[in-house]
Amino acid sequence: MSKMTYRDAIRSALREALRDDPRVFLMGEDVGGYGGAFKVSDGLLEEFGPERVRDTPLSENTFLGAGIGAALGGMRPIVEIMTVNFSLLALDQIVNNAATLRHMSGGQLSVPLVVRMTTGGGRQLAAQHSHSLEGWFGHIPGIKIVVPAVAADARGFLLAALRDPDPVFIFEHATLYPAEGEVDEQAGPAEIGRALVRRAGDAVSVITYGGTLGKALQAADELAVDGIQAEVVDLRSLRPLDTETILASVAKTHRAVIVDEGWRTGSFAAEVSARIMEGGFYSLDAPVARVCSAEVPMPYAKHMEDAALPQVPAIVGAVREMLGAHG
Amino acid sequence: MPILTADMSAGTLVEWRKKPGDALERGDIVALVETDKGLIDIEVFTPGVLEKIVVQPGATVPTGTVLAIIRDAAPTGAPPVAAAAAPPAPSPVGPAPAPVAPGPAGRLRISPLARKLAAELGVDPATVRATGGGAIRREDIERAAAARAAAPEQQPRADRSARLRQAIGAAMARSKREIPHYYLATTIDMHSAMTWLTEENLKCSVPDRLLYGVLFIKAVALALKEVPELNSVWRGSEPVRSEAIHVGVAISLRGGGLVAPALHDTAGQSLRDLMRQFRDLVQRARSGGLRSSELSDPTITITSLGQQGVETVFGVIFPPQVAIVGFGKLVERPWAVAGQVVARPLVTATLSADHRVSDGHRGGLFLAAVDRLLQAPALL
Repeated sequence: MSKMTYRDAIRSALREALRDDPRVFLMGEDVGGYGGAFKVSDGLLEEFGPERVRDTPLSENTFLGAGIGAALGGMRPIVEIMTVNFSLLALDQIVNNAATLRHMSGGQLSVPLVVRMTTGGGRQLAAQHSHSLEGWFGHIPGIKIVVPAVAADARGFLLAALRDPDPVFIFEHATLYPAEGEVDEQAGPAEIGRALVRRAGDAVSVITYGGTLGKALQAADELAVDGIQAEVVDLRSLRPLDTETILASVAKTHRAVIVDEGWRTGSFAAEVSARIMEGGFYSLDAPVARVCSAEVPMPYAKHMEDAALPQVPAIVGAVREMLGAHG
Repeated sequence: MPILTADMSAGTLVEWRKKPGDALERGDIVALVETDKGLIDIEVFTPGVLEKIVVQPGATVPTGTVLAIIRDAAPTGAPPVAAAAAPPAPSPVGPAPAPVAPGPAGRLRISPLARKLAAELGVDPATVRATGGGAIRREDIERAAAARAAAPEQQPRADRSARLRQAIGAAMARSKREIPHYYLATTIDMHSAMTWLTEENLKCSVPDRLLYGVLFIKAVALALKEVPELNSVWRGSEPVRSEAIHVGVAISLRGGGLVAPALHDTAGQSLRDLMRQFRDLVQRARSGGLRSSELSDPTITITSLGQQGVETVFGVIFPPQVAIVGFGKLVERPWAVAGQVVARPLVTATLSADHRVSDGHRGGLFLAAVDRLLQAPALL
């Protein structure tokens, strides 16, 4: 067990995979010479050479397609897309090929592709680099969506994704790269599809994932000062979604606040809310609440970006309102 | 579920007397409902056809709940109307129970968990108050269940006389809490009235004979025309004068407790009609067959304890009414008439009235009018 940043934890997994499996290679924009836009792959080009760590042109649909082809051919490609906003250029390859080929080939083809991309705001990168669109990807059957919120998961999910016979998309929240966490470098892959209770409580379930987990835990700390014990559930995987853990928590607390950095309308929070309604209606003592991003393109100005994103006071406020009016 | 008595919040549907498809006339009895005051016949106030029964026998539902749907008798296109919820005007409906978190469509605002818990614990959510400002929550149901466990006599299944006691207690406590009573008494010479009555009763067979109590009822009804503010009901924060005069008569029940059903349109009826109805009311009050309108309609109450030997009774006003008239025992006493002391049958009439609505001056005029009317019994 050692303390390392989220960034270093991913690099640790990348290095381990590149070292242990000759089929693994990394490609993406600036992953080689520049060491990755977020410095995740820093040093790997020097260590493993340009065959294994490949810089690509600015052509997401093409290199994502190349990754699918390589996976079909027996390789274990890891494709990095700089931000989820850019991944929209590759949606055709993702939705029409990566997600469908196993089904369309009657199981004859596998696409063991790993795609990593950055998501989320908070770094003043404005409306073309800051959105949280993982909820859209969660809509697509045929691919898996993991959203590591802590360094250990960032490492564990990358290892798990490489062992998965189907495409796995890893969404790394941009603000998490420098965040430190306990990581066991001897630990193997993490289990995809299992949510975790990060903090136990009985008053309300605060359900979240990725970049907002830290804010949810901070909100829970503030609420605990007043004796309100919030249970914080980290979804970890959007597809498959661990409905069982969500419902077990709501069955215990009878209330749910969902925190999601995506826009509210059609958000992943809406899906979680619907599952609670479907499976936990009779354990609810208050309407489910959501804390989402403001429905605007992400502003550049710091104060406006802060105002647009879910923040700790909003989470605390949502919980207090729920307990005040309904609790 | 109509509000049949003050402070009634729920009733149990015992039996349907009509079935879907039956044609209904105004006044038909459609169902039998059990309340704290016993079994009550529910009348319908809208002619039409019983389209659908919504509440099944055995169910206890809050007042205001739609019991059945009555379709307008018009052949086509008429929208169904909810029935049996509104007595006819002027109806001194007991004030609605403190609203329990009504939703936009009259639905109870209650969380799914609280609703489920209420069913498990046997708590009627309609009787539970939402403390959180919004909907009824788990806590509210748990508190209600705990309170019920602590006070077993408050269980809905407590026997009827206990519940009746409780209902009377609630109404009287509210009366004494909210109504500033004032009290007046006067002695009335019943010589003329009794003389007239004796002659009148010689003309008819025993079952048709009038009791002197019916003279009191009619005299009160006529006197109310002279002092109409006493014939009011208190609604919200002000009295509403009732055009119709429906005198309620307090009838003690064998198992304890009392009811005070109305003699409808008291002032407009003959003494014989009133007598017949009064006998019928007493019999039905004691056997359990009062109609919903009889319980909800009284605009004033008369209480008479003469048979028990009481000379003077100062009643407690039955909310939302604003007055109650009492009559004591008829006693023969020395009485000065035209300078001579003679033996005369005397009765003490009293008035307890709501000082928010009337003053002693008007109350005094009312008792004087009762006295005057009783001196001319042939005109009653």
